[in-house]
Amino acid sequence: MIAWTIYITFAGAIVLLVLPRVFARWIALVTATAGFAVSLATFFCDDVDLAHFTTIARVPWIPALGMNYHLALDGISLTLVLVTGIAAISAVLFSWDVIDRANEFFFWLLLVVGGSYGVFLSADLFLLFLFYELVIVPKYFLIAIFGSTNKEYGAMKLTLYSFFGGALVFLGIIAVYVSGGSLDLNELAQFQFAPQLQSWAFPVLFLGFAVLAGIWPLHTWAPTGHVAAPTAGSMLLAGIVMKLGAYASLRVAMNLFPQGFQMWRTWIAVLAVIGIVYAAAVALRQRDLKFVIGYSSVSHMGFVLLGLATANVFGVSGAVLQMFSHGVIGALLFAVAGRMIYRRTHTRELDALAGMNLSRALPFAAFTFVVASAASMGIPGFSGFAAEITILIGAWKSYPLAVWITGAGMVLVAAFTLRALKRTFFDVDGESAAPSNASAARTDVKQMPAPPAQITSSPERSIHLEPITIPEKLGAGLLMFATLAVGLYPKFLLDRIQPAVEAMRFLK
Amino acid sequence: MSYLELLKLAAPEAIVVVAALAVLTIGLTTARALVLGPIVAVLGVALAIGAVVMLPSHANLFGGMLVISPLNSLFKIICLALAIATVPLVSSEKALRNPGEYIAVLLLGSVGLMLLVGSEELLMIFIGLELLGLSLYVLAAFDKADVHSAEAGLKYFLFGSTASAFTLFGISLIYGMSGTTALAAIGQKLAGAPVQPLLAVGIVMTLIGFAFKIAAAPFHLWAPDAYQGAPIPSAAFIASGSKVASFVVLGKIVLVGFGPVHGSADWHAMIAGWSPVLAALAAFSILLGNFVALAQTNVRRLLAYSAVAHGGYTLLGVVAGGREGFSATLFYTSTYAVTLVGAFAVVGSVRRETGGDDLQNFSGLAARSPFLAACMAIFFLSLAGLPPLAGFFGKFYLFSAAFRAGANHGLLWLVAVALFGSFVSLYYYLIVLKVIFVDKKPESATAGNGPDFFSRITVTLLAAVVLVLGIMPQTLAAKIIASLP
Repeated sequence: MIAWTIYITFAGAIVLLVLPRVFARWIALVTATAGFAVSLATFFCDDVDLAHFTTIARVPWIPALGMNYHLALDGISLTLVLVTGIAAISAVLFSWDVIDRANEFFFWLLLVVGGSYGVFLSADLFLLFLFYELVIVPKYFLIAIFGSTNKEYGAMKLTLYSFFGGALVFLGIIAVYVSGGSLDLNELAQFQFAPQLQSWAFPVLFLGFAVLAGIWPLHTWAPTGHVAAPTAGSMLLAGIVMKLGAYASLRVAMNLFPQGFQMWRTWIAVLAVIGIVYAAAVALRQRDLKFVIGYSSVSHMGFVLLGLATANVFGVSGAVLQMFSHGVIGALLFAVAGRMIYRRTHTRELDALAGMNLSRALPFAAFTFVVASAASMGIPGFSGFAAEITILIGAWKSYPLAVWITGAGMVLVAAFTLRALKRTFFDVDGESAAPSNASAARTDVKQMPAPPAQITSSPERSIHLEPITIPEKLGAGLLMFATLAVGLYPKFLLDRIQPAVEAMRFLK
Repeated sequence: MSYLELLKLAAPEAIVVVAALAVLTIGLTTARALVLGPIVAVLGVALAIGAVVMLPSHANLFGGMLVISPLNSLFKIICLALAIATVPLVSSEKALRNPGEYIAVLLLGSVGLMLLVGSEELLMIFIGLELLGLSLYVLAAFDKADVHSAEAGLKYFLFGSTASAFTLFGISLIYGMSGTTALAAIGQKLAGAPVQPLLAVGIVMTLIGFAFKIAAAPFHLWAPDAYQGAPIPSAAFIASGSKVASFVVLGKIVLVGFGPVHGSADWHAMIAGWSPVLAALAAFSILLGNFVALAQTNVRRLLAYSAVAHGGYTLLGVVAGGREGFSATLFYTSTYAVTLVGAFAVVGSVRRETGGDDLQNFSGLAARSPFLAACMAIFFLSLAGLPPLAGFFGKFYLFSAAFRAGANHGLLWLVAVALFGSFVSLYYYLIVLKVIFVDKKPESATAGNGPDFFSRITVTLLAAVVLVLGIMPQTLAAKIIASLP
């Protein structure tokens, strides 16, 4: 049944091209919702074996070369399909104001979503790579046509990085195909690849996928791309596309080349920790709100990579949970920054926003951003906490030192998040020249509940901001609910993720 | 062997020649040759395809001069289909003054293609090459009013005739060494013999002629001018039919004729033979074509340099050798040819509406003509090797064949070069698509009446073929594999 997520989404994309423009956003919304509903129904359906990568569709495709149209499902894919659905619905809701070339916009958007569903459900390597590459070009057009700041540069950079990763993956897949003699992921997972092959094919394959997951030092496409993208584009990038890389690294590179993984996993952990700390430190110095969030994405994805590198059940399950969590939180942060703030104020400069007294003008936006920031910082009760603590427990067993450094990194995360929060919503004119280093951010924390007398000092400036619309509230509500629900009851997802992780070969 | 039987077996060629003469007559007698000519030509070629289908599955005349085998018949059909796809482009080329003659020469070129594909004997192959070459020289220089067309024709002719001389000399050396011109017999004679200097010279010289035809660097110098200056249908035909036939014959010559002196292009163990030569040509073409294409601002010139690179990729399959490698090469070159005819058809429409084929002539094409823009996107993304289009599967097939060949993945270096090249190529394909989809259309641009009916149908069909071969590649791949002995 869950295979219908793919078909519905692509069918919706084609319908969009045919029907007139007035229906565009409704078609997109219906399509995204239908996809999500299907995945949710599967989630609550009890008779699905989520502990193994269970085949749900298998049709010979190119029999001469051993390619099958083969889809399968386990707890890991289901989690990611869910977050794809959530991100897709909210991305459509936050694009409710796209009028110009709306058909085209939602067409590209649905292609990204449909391709992502395809990647998460593919059990054939060729099929997986096909969907994986299918996502890249729509992303380019989504950003280059509909984006904002420096859009053509950002789009091209993102696309070339993706293709660079794609070329590495291509080489890795050919190596797998030729040596393993099959493209079926389940068959290949039983195959014993020569250690010599694993030693070079694993890093090629892993790095190729990890480019899309924003691994340091190949992460620079992410902030630029996020900033250039339209709101829905950044939401999809943060919410789904970065997960494609992490998911495929886990499903393909790690699962097929366990020995290669053992050889290289320390290096992955090193890169991941550098990514976490470095991106957080850079985020602290950014002046553009979207750049702050863009770097925070890189930092959060560093946790995913760290979790994968631990090679134990806790770490890897935490990584999958973090993929879900960051998908939701990242989308929420970009929604606030891109749609709620930038579309109304036409600036994302923290200094300019500081004088606008936004918490009063846009109280709902402020509320949403506070929730998103709290989740992003890893406050207990939100999904970010549940995921990161699981990863750190896993990491403690493998790399205790990494946990110490990451702990320091989490302080930086809190610092830049609070700084962005304060400068955007709770700052008043007089303080707009606030310093921007870590110690200043700490003092900012204390000042966060700004005295109401100061806020009322410039009420006239907030008048002409259009109020938050219903679609925005719905989208934000959906994302906030998701992060809160998983944060309060992570077992809900973990119970489905853990058995699937335990079935993976590199743990044995 | 009676003449009647010969005529039966050579019926497809004969039909195309008759069609060419008919079109020539139409061109001389009526003023409406621009309409009637293409129709008669398409009907004639379609009839020829029917005749190819009716041929017996195996026949061998005059020691390999005319060979009928599933492989040859399949590629005769593909070449003829490419000719059919090229003919409608003529009707949108208003500047041509003698469309009857033009189409007749195009059809004679197609006969050259069929002879080339249908022969397994060096002399006959050379005659086919010359018949094809002479037709193509004329086609390239056909637009007498345009100095670029004359330049294209002259360059193509000078390079081409020099390359032919090399090939003829090479063939004569091979003949001297083996005492025969039939490929299968050459293969037997060369078996077990060491690679003597004379044989090496003969092989290299023979290969030069084909490297010229497929525009492999460093024998590509004619390509940019020919692609840019020649009339659009000529350029499309040079880039498609001629290339497909050349690859078929090249594959047959090296794999059947020179099979025993294969050599090895493995990184760690290079052995003298033809495969290191072709591997070097492939690597050089891929790098040079892709990097030079980055700097182009004219779409046709860009396609020319990308053709050099694609020639390089396609050679990978020949270097890999064997049934799998050769079938990958054949699949890739066929889909590439279809894609390129489509791309040239779109360029032709744009050129007619905006008067040029530079990058800026394409700006805002998506707003002006969403149909052409969408088709161009399909063609270019297929060239870039993106799913779910034919180019993606083609590359996968080709690269996995090359990776598999050789002991201990010895061709990994070549695959890595090819992957790197195709990564570089994405940039310039995307730039063209960016201009089409993202850039605003210039103020001066007027909404033309779009492509005419025939070109529209052709472009749609070609785009559909590219898409279908991407989603269901086994429709063609299985046929190719089955046709290989």
